[in-house]
Amino acid sequence: MTALLDALSLGWFGVRGRPGRAVLSALGIALGIATLVLVTGIPASGQADLDRQLDALGTNLLVAQPTGGGEEPITLEPEVAAMVRRIAPVESSAALANLNTRVVPHDFADPNVTAGITTLATGPDLLGPLGAEVSSGTFLTHALVDLPAVVLGDQAADWLGITAVDATALRRIRLADTWFTVVGVLPLTPELDQAVFVGWGAARDLLGSDGRPTVVYLRAVESQLEAVRGVLPATLDPAVPGLISVSRPSDALAAKRAVEGTFSGLFLGLAAVALVVGGIGVANTMIVSVLERRREIGLRRAIGATRRDVRRQFVVEAVLLSLLGGVAGTLIGVFGTVGYALLRGWPVVVPVPAVAGGVVCAILVGAVAGLYPAVRASRLAPTEALAAA
Amino acid sequence: MTEQATVLRLTDVRKEYAGGVVALDGVSLEIRAGEDLAIVGPSGSGKSTLLHLMGTLDHPTSGTVEVGGQLVGGLCDAAVSRLRSKWLGFVFQQSHLADRLDAVDNVATGLMYAGAPRRQRRARALEALDRVGMGHRADHRPHQLSGGQRQRVGIARALVNEPALLLADEPTGALDQATVRQVLGLFRTLHDQGTTVALITHDPDVAATFTRRVEIRDGHLSSLPTPTPTPGAIR
Repeated sequence: MTALLDALSLGWFGVRGRPGRAVLSALGIALGIATLVLVTGIPASGQADLDRQLDALGTNLLVAQPTGGGEEPITLEPEVAAMVRRIAPVESSAALANLNTRVVPHDFADPNVTAGITTLATGPDLLGPLGAEVSSGTFLTHALVDLPAVVLGDQAADWLGITAVDATALRRIRLADTWFTVVGVLPLTPELDQAVFVGWGAARDLLGSDGRPTVVYLRAVESQLEAVRGVLPATLDPAVPGLISVSRPSDALAAKRAVEGTFSGLFLGLAAVALVVGGIGVANTMIVSVLERRREIGLRRAIGATRRDVRRQFVVEAVLLSLLGGVAGTLIGVFGTVGYALLRGWPVVVPVPAVAGGVVCAILVGAVAGLYPAVRASRLAPTEALAAA
Repeated sequence: MTEQATVLRLTDVRKEYAGGVVALDGVSLEIRAGEDLAIVGPSGSGKSTLLHLMGTLDHPTSGTVEVGGQLVGGLCDAAVSRLRSKWLGFVFQQSHLADRLDAVDNVATGLMYAGAPRRQRRARALEALDRVGMGHRADHRPHQLSGGQRQRVGIARALVNEPALLLADEPTGALDQATVRQVLGLFRTLHDQGTTVALITHDPDVAATFTRRVEIRDGHLSSLPTPTPTPGAIR
């Protein structure tokens, strides 16, 4: 116990002796550990976010839409949502029509700037398959579908600068040449988040829609999903079923999730390289330190320090130096992860094994880096050490 | 006078360095408890080699070294180190104090490898500082002390573990005349209090203040006659 305390206080004393040098040599380790924590923490947070999106989306949501065609875009039958619902395993469905209408945020905005927002016609049944809930205001109820009312997807709301609906001060946006009142804001799937929604009636009366949908969203019993996929094209367009494409939005998220998993392996290698370089820095510092402190070593040997005592002193000093970098690196990594996750609106995930592993790595790197200089110090003949000027 | 225990004994010691330089040859020396001994010789005479062998910091090519009745040859590094920490106290020409430690912590370093519990070290270090008359400078750092004061702190560090033999290697070599007198006076006082002292010097005047003197020349040792006490001597 006494020996351990002595070794620790001696080591700490040694580290403090040259603070500038200690900081510089610990910096390498700090960078390595920070990289380690960042490359595990950021993907973990990103994956947690994707998991959350996957959960919200569900894996039984399908999207069906006509693709290709000639100059005239192919549209679907107006009753297509009801038709799809007659497929037994389908739980809910809703149709949407892309109106290709220009969206202008307010009176003073340039009407030629559209900010990439899509206008979609839909009905109250959209909430069913998407399982969405309005975050503010209301969705297009049956009473609203014929009125100039518009609901904003989350991202579109953000772009338009209308993130909440205040009943006492309703905002309006212009679609084509008509002013629509914003009645609600809601988060949906990533692609629908960038759209604004109006009712079928309003679309027909005010925006010149023919009421023919361009896309169908539906949710089916998970176990029957493939079967539903199979019959969908023929149901939607018996004439040319080959032009109907069916996709599952969760597939894209799952693929993204897999890609981010492979990235982290690469960056982990990068962190390991940084750590090794940091270890070499510590070893270098310790070798110089041993050379400079030969007289101290000689004196300690004369006072009665064994070779082991000297070895331990320098190993402990290297470990403390490295640990200093490890703790700093962990803090940088954790702050970086938290900051990045907050910036992206992700849930914060700091993987405890990575942090613990980082600190353990720092200790190990320090011990390995300190071993050679420490052995050199302990092998120094006392007489030679004392003679050093 | 009763026969005192032998603290240190060299028997027919020879030290040859790589390249064939013989630093010591046929050296035998016995130091008993309570003695004060000066080893005097010009530079290059083998003084430092002799001190290193006496201090178990180096091993002889042939011959034996005994510290406290124990043969040093054949002991492992840990055992020799233990022997050093228990029996010997070193004073060097330079005080070798740690710049960032105050006097009392520097002295306490002398207890670190002797197995003294941490909480006792400070008190014992203060006691040792008092013995060398530096108690009032306990919290001073080396750069706040004069050369003589630093050397006294170094002596306190050598004394703090109450070694059977105080080995001093040119302890006055880097000091001015007035300070030399003070430091030698301190050695005298410590000897009078019972400490066994062996000092190595090139300066016959310094050696003259010691009761027993041996001369080293070209690696050979010879006893000098005990001086008649001269009132005007350097002490």
